[in-house]
Amino acid sequence: MSNSLIKPRIERPPLSQILIGKTPLFLVPLLMLIGLLAIGSGSTWLTLTAAGLAMGMMIFIMASGLTVIFGLMDVINFGHGAFISLGAFAGFTILGLLGGWIESPSIALNLGAILLAVAFAMLVTGLAGYGFERLIVKPVYGEHLKQILVTMGGLVVTQQLIYVIWGPDEIVLARPTALQGSFVIFEAAIEKYRVLAIAIGLALFAAMRLVLSKTRIGLLVRAGVQNGEMVEALGYPIQKLFLVVFMAGCALAGLGGVMWGIYQETITAHMGAEVMISVFIVVIIGGLGSIEGCFIGAMLVGLLTNYTGFLVPKLSLISTILLMGIVLMWRPQGLYPVVKTH
Amino acid sequence: MIMKLLSGDHPRSKTLSIVLLLIVFGLLFAPFLFPGTRSLDTAARICIFIVLVASYDLLLGYTGVVSFAHTMFFGIGAYGTALALTNMGASYAAIALGTVCGALAAGLFAFMIALFSLRVKAIFFAMMTLAVASAFLVLVSQLSWITGGEDGLSYRIPREMTTAYKLVQDKFLNVRINGKLITYYVIFFSSLSLFLILLRIVNSPFGRVLQAIRENAFRAEAIGYKVVHYSSVATVLSAVIAALSGSLIAIWLRYTGPATTLSMDIMVDILLMIVIGGMGSMYGAVIGVVLFLITQSYLQNLLGILQESLGSLPIVSEVVSPERWLLWLGILFICSIYWFPKGVVGRIRGG
Amino acid sequence: MSDPLLTLRGVHTHIGPYHILQGVDLEVPRGGVTVLLGRNGAGKTTTLRTIMGLWQVREGLIQFDGAQIHQETTPVIAQREIAFVPEDMGIFTDLTVHENMLLAARSGVLEEERLSWIFGLFPPLKTFWHSAAGVLSGGQKQMLAVARAIVEPRKLILIDEPTKGLAPAIINAMVVALKELKEMQTTILLVEQNFSMASAVGDTVAVMDDGRIVYKGDMCELAADAALQERLMGLSLEAHQ
Repeated sequence: MSNSLIKPRIERPPLSQILIGKTPLFLVPLLMLIGLLAIGSGSTWLTLTAAGLAMGMMIFIMASGLTVIFGLMDVINFGHGAFISLGAFAGFTILGLLGGWIESPSIALNLGAILLAVAFAMLVTGLAGYGFERLIVKPVYGEHLKQILVTMGGLVVTQQLIYVIWGPDEIVLARPTALQGSFVIFEAAIEKYRVLAIAIGLALFAAMRLVLSKTRIGLLVRAGVQNGEMVEALGYPIQKLFLVVFMAGCALAGLGGVMWGIYQETITAHMGAEVMISVFIVVIIGGLGSIEGCFIGAMLVGLLTNYTGFLVPKLSLISTILLMGIVLMWRPQGLYPVVKTH
Repeated sequence: MIMKLLSGDHPRSKTLSIVLLLIVFGLLFAPFLFPGTRSLDTAARICIFIVLVASYDLLLGYTGVVSFAHTMFFGIGAYGTALALTNMGASYAAIALGTVCGALAAGLFAFMIALFSLRVKAIFFAMMTLAVASAFLVLVSQLSWITGGEDGLSYRIPREMTTAYKLVQDKFLNVRINGKLITYYVIFFSSLSLFLILLRIVNSPFGRVLQAIRENAFRAEAIGYKVVHYSSVATVLSAVIAALSGSLIAIWLRYTGPATTLSMDIMVDILLMIVIGGMGSMYGAVIGVVLFLITQSYLQNLLGILQESLGSLPIVSEVVSPERWLLWLGILFICSIYWFPKGVVGRIRGG
Repeated sequence: MSDPLLTLRGVHTHIGPYHILQGVDLEVPRGGVTVLLGRNGAGKTTTLRTIMGLWQVREGLIQFDGAQIHQETTPVIAQREIAFVPEDMGIFTDLTVHENMLLAARSGVLEEERLSWIFGLFPPLKTFWHSAAGVLSGGQKQMLAVARAIVEPRKLILIDEPTKGLAPAIINAMVVALKELKEMQTTILLVEQNFSMASAVGDTVAVMDDGRIVYKGDMCELAADAALQERLMGLSLEAHQ
């Protein structure tokens, strides 16, 4: 058999099509530009943009787990918000114990306290995720209606358990000393903590992409999102893979919860359920199951919330709903629809 | 005659029939059987919630669609009536106009949401409605110059519907026949009619198509039913009836605020009520509401007693604290989904 | 010949409300190509998917290499060294050709020598090694699907219609690949509707109709016996002639 008969054939899409395929990437700078035009003042814009990106990063951290969990097993955990709250409470417990570290002006001690709090929060939420998956999610695989209801029930029960353990009152805790206040760049005040949040978010996004493209488990996750049945037929137990991803997703929610809590300086058992509204909007905008879409969606929602929060304060949440509507009219499956090959 | 009123939907169990009869008679004669303002208030709430939960069941139990926007429609109805009463004064015209506008707005809004998201997966619809309903709640709390914000709206209703108006000077069976009593009966009979209308809907050919869609949407589509059309109509009907029940609560409370109508807590209550009572049966809504409201108060008492006897144990005594009644109902909720998805009604019927 | 590698005894499979396999009896002898023929809807694909545990066996048993596998889950069955090329090829289009192959190699490494053999069979895979599998043409995807199944030695390979909708040149590449596998004593169960392909590579043959096996025999007998062919063709292949 000759090679010429099966000559390689690359279907190169025309440039215009490549650009259309990549348009979601340009939405973030586009929104920033519109924001600049609408706000007018450069320094105000810079402050708001930093705030928006920081908020976006934190929402991304919380939403990423949710979207991968959905992509892999068609499971949407309506109780995801419970892990955000749980993580915040677990983290704040550690921060409370390390009061001296937080009040110290040393940035090393401050960051050390945050690191320990985050580690503990992720441990707690990861383990809680194990229990949640086994008890709440697993029995209703494939049954969407029951899944929605039962995870909602899980949310209620977990919130109540937080009350049982930490009491019914909100917990207030000041930000670590070195992270209070702002940097001033180009006459714009940028809160130090927001810079930290942006750094953590970017690092996490990079790490996630690395894991997904370079490790075997990452490959399996990407393959499983597309065609779980084939992953099984290749000999990999997808249920176990899913359990690992579910726990990781819950741990990320916990991480996001601690960061969000430090940002707000107040935590309640309901905080997770409240943030979940933005999280849902983000994963719908991004395309259910897509990490890249989730990242871009989170940036858009973060920026838009802060811009409208400044321009028309009362409409900030509604504006993100409108954004969702516009995106869905343009792309009914979200910015990056996940291609299922099965 | 009765079967005709029930649209041929027999409770199909002696126990269930007796329980339902007891509830209906209990509510019908509530002012005389359980005198006192608080009891009457509970009875009115039961009537209103039965309609609210039953209209939710039209969506969840009969069509298999999970929506988290039901309290939003409830709220739209309530705010419609409240706004009309606030701005037009205490007149019947205001009530009528507000109610009609609220129901229309809810229907239109539901139609738009259905158009947007019913074509895709159930999960998508659930997320979408959750986001929209929450945004609506925030919007209402913030537009304080219209809605009164977090504080809500307090307003007057026509004098004939208040305690100030006395139909008869003397007490009847030791109960004063005043405007409040009239209002109660307005609510009772409105709720009863709405409930019977819902029964008629689910037992009509339309209702049977909905159930076919719930069982197998693919097959229903293959037979030639436009699934999206049917579920859209169901969404709209359920929203309109929820809005009407919202108008009833606005009249009864003479107050409308985010906490009494739009809150996600009420949404969770509705879910608990219908799942524990029994999805896919209108009678499930009746049982669920009554059971929930009774449990809510008695469970708290029971937990209080438990806590006192376990007082010394730190975490355990927190778990059985009366404030944690929702924890136990939540666990019951999860268990019912696993082990008796047809709820209490399914159990009673022995299915 | 020793005992068969794979045996199905009275296998019944239901998909939803439909009773698809109605007592399938099938033996796949060691070290040869068994072809499963039959018209559309006869239950060939369902048979392969049932062997893989992707549909549940309602009744009957499946024996593989001395062990009963009909109650096992798909990953466990696959770990018994059974490879599966599904009808829709099951390519992970977002992953590169390389990544697709890497996942198919359960040891986690791609053996150099075997890889160059595979590249010899299917040259386009080398060309597109680092491209997303989604850009491959239909025939190239089919090559990748088969290549995944043979990336490591397997005891049994289940292949569902590898020639469906393909150009003759690519069908030839498939025939060559299957013949080389045969020489390496690999056992293959092949679902095929293309009779020339089937007769070119098949050793034994089974014909299915209405969820049952209606004929079993040697491929050369069937290929030589025009009358038998006619009867079976009339029964099961006429739609494709």
